[in-house]
Amino acid sequence: MSTGKTFKLDGKTIVFEDGDTIMDAALRAGEYIPHLCHNPEFTPHGSCRVCIVNVDGRQVSACTQPAMENTEVDNNSDKIMSQRRSLLQMLFVEGNHVCPGCEKSGACQLQAVAYYTNMLSPHFTHFFPQRSVDASHADTAIDFNRCILCELCVRASRDVDHKNVFAIDGRGINSHLVINSSSGKLGDSSFSASDKAAHVCPVGAILPKHQGYDIPIGERLYDKQPISIVGDVAANETDEKQKDVEP
Amino acid sequence: MSIKEFISDITALTNNRPGHLLQTLYEIQYQYSCIPQQAIKLLAEKLSLSEAHIHGVIGFYSFLHDSPRGSYDILISDSISDHMLGSRKLMDSLCNKLGVMPGIPREDGRVTVDTTSCTGMCDQGPAMLVNGWTVTLLDEDRIKNIVKLIESNTAVELWPNEFFQVTDNIQRRDLLLEDESYNGDALKSLINQGGVTILEQIIASGLRGRGGAGFTTGLKWRFCKQTEANQRYVVCNADEGEPGTFKDRVLLNTYADKVFEGMTLCAGIIGATEGLLYLRGEYRYLREALEQILQDRRETGLLGKNILGKEGFDFDIKIHMGAGAYICGEESSLIESLEGKRGIPRKRPPFPVTHGYQNKPTVVNNVETFMAAALIAVHGADWFNTAGTKESTGSKLLSISGDCERPGIYEYPFGVSIQQILKDCGATDSQAVQVAGAAGFTIPAEEFNRCIAFEDISTGGSFMVFNQQRDLLDMVQNFAHFFAHESCGFCTPCRVGSSLMKDLVDKVQSGHASQYDLDEMRNIGKLMQTSSHCGLGTSAPNPVLDTLSKFPHIYEQHLKQTDYEPAFDLDAALQEAREITGRDDAGAHIGTKS
Repeated sequence: MSTGKTFKLDGKTIVFEDGDTIMDAALRAGEYIPHLCHNPEFTPHGSCRVCIVNVDGRQVSACTQPAMENTEVDNNSDKIMSQRRSLLQMLFVEGNHVCPGCEKSGACQLQAVAYYTNMLSPHFTHFFPQRSVDASHADTAIDFNRCILCELCVRASRDVDHKNVFAIDGRGINSHLVINSSSGKLGDSSFSASDKAAHVCPVGAILPKHQGYDIPIGERLYDKQPISIVGDVAANETDEKQKDVEP
Repeated sequence: MSIKEFISDITALTNNRPGHLLQTLYEIQYQYSCIPQQAIKLLAEKLSLSEAHIHGVIGFYSFLHDSPRGSYDILISDSISDHMLGSRKLMDSLCNKLGVMPGIPREDGRVTVDTTSCTGMCDQGPAMLVNGWTVTLLDEDRIKNIVKLIESNTAVELWPNEFFQVTDNIQRRDLLLEDESYNGDALKSLINQGGVTILEQIIASGLRGRGGAGFTTGLKWRFCKQTEANQRYVVCNADEGEPGTFKDRVLLNTYADKVFEGMTLCAGIIGATEGLLYLRGEYRYLREALEQILQDRRETGLLGKNILGKEGFDFDIKIHMGAGAYICGEESSLIESLEGKRGIPRKRPPFPVTHGYQNKPTVVNNVETFMAAALIAVHGADWFNTAGTKESTGSKLLSISGDCERPGIYEYPFGVSIQQILKDCGATDSQAVQVAGAAGFTIPAEEFNRCIAFEDISTGGSFMVFNQQRDLLDMVQNFAHFFAHESCGFCTPCRVGSSLMKDLVDKVQSGHASQYDLDEMRNIGKLMQTSSHCGLGTSAPNPVLDTLSKFPHIYEQHLKQTDYEPAFDLDAALQEAREITGRDDAGAHIGTKS
């Protein structure tokens, strides 16, 4: 049912369907556009801006921009990559991302995209915000230091789990993730480790308890192959789960 | 009345619709000086919303609080135009006399003093809000009186009337302000000539949006009309938040009938039955009078069912209060806010004209645009497009403040030069003019021959004059703080970039910056311009980038003569130690700026 419509992504011809975003068409064609807040299972968000591409001279986020016939999309130029690097550096200095001490290291999308764009240092001045860790829930811990405000947990809890466990409070640099419960703690909310929201965090903010370093450093998702080949954390987690249930 | 009854009453009025959350919170805030936890719980039940969602809405809007602000919640307007009139000194004086720290409620719970973004009183500042009511023309005398009133626990309703006087200050009239047509004239034209003809006239007039973006008004109306839908909406954007702008305040104070007439005209043309006026919280003092005008229009057949006796011409207007968020001037944020949510700009496309309020086709126009449209319907396209320039027809209202003898409202045909305006408002010795507000352009003296027009200097109407004695870096710093405060926080470049930018401007101002930091500001600015989600993010770095290129000396005179200076301030880090030891002598400091 192809419409036969195409655009060019870094010179390659990409076929798209009506209603596709640039990201949709690129993912289907097996082309990688770096991203953090996008997950094909959810409505596109366009907030991290890491998927910015240049379409005929105008910069847009690939995850929200409808694909248009006969356009030239630049995804890999030095200019775009350097801007993505700066955006990632902003995310790194905004929170407290200490990779060597993080259980998610090696399987973290923020870290993997940073490697992919050759980010070698956080560059900007660290904000060092004071954020807490919420270990009140029996099966899941939240480390707010690592939250990048992608709102995937917000969307998953609202749209799939129908629980609205998460929301964003504050404004500007004070924006932060909050939990819907009388105490504001995850343990007092209706959250469960089997929720979709427990399995969409691209970074180490929402982590399962009672397991740690099951896969040794060096053998993790992004340790051997880059994210452009392996794909998103959430997609791999789903695959792993499916492997588990298969006989 | 208990809080439970209060909430039951207001939510019942709105049929417990979650979309009315923001309006409900607004009422509770002014009744109780905060949104108590008990209220959040009750609202969550009644409106079927999560408590976290309600917290999120409270946390987004500057005028809503989840802890009490006291009997007197004072917000000093923090626009650069207020600073130039001495607001900071007055605020220090007020805080000292009351014994409070900015932003922290006094221990007895009586009063909180804080700053707020521009309150739109730049021509009669310094200004402040007390419990949401505007007080103008602050000076030491007035501050002393305010302190007395607070200490004697005098209710704000009993404060002297002259404190709350806001004057129109119209200095120059042209097309719009000279008009003498009667209420209902535009609607009579509509009924006599038909919607198709009037829409053609509005298109032919060349009228473009007066908020600054300049989209052709008639085309917007036509797109909306042509979109298939069972309901359409007309929204008037009166969230006049751009620092230095106050012309909508004057239009709504004295010409509201014509603004409502423009909205009704639009409704008649596109086929809408509901209209909304989004009034910024800072203009709360206008609300009752506006409600009265709406009521008068209903009673004279200019609103409501069968307008002017025309069968099926039904339209009414509701006023929706903003609650302190500059971003809500962006049309899609404004719509989110109308729906009771955090004012996060939507993805575009789709645009509001096809998917707006309640996801229905919606025309969002500026106050001035609606008034101009109403008058075009009365006088015809030629009356309008013979004024101005070819690409910018008609006139523009400018809000003039800063270093000039006669601040106020000036209406000019488009194409007027900066030079001419400065002459008319009595500005001499001008160093620069900031046109179009914090998000606008810094115009140096050598460019004063440039014109106000969409094809040259496009503006929503803010015009702030700076004389040679001013340090323009103060302006840049004020704007950088403004954007960091007003960024909605949705996208990375604006959320983080505006804060990084603010810190860098502060670093320059405090004499700790080097050339490296200026390059850093350029890079962050460019990234914000090209990668932000909405117009706030893309325009937020303008004042920094503009002045870096046109006024490099205002930065260079503050620079350290090194290539690089760390962000970490060793001396500031010793502050705690100094406090503990009670020392503040030279030996207790390291490397302070000379």
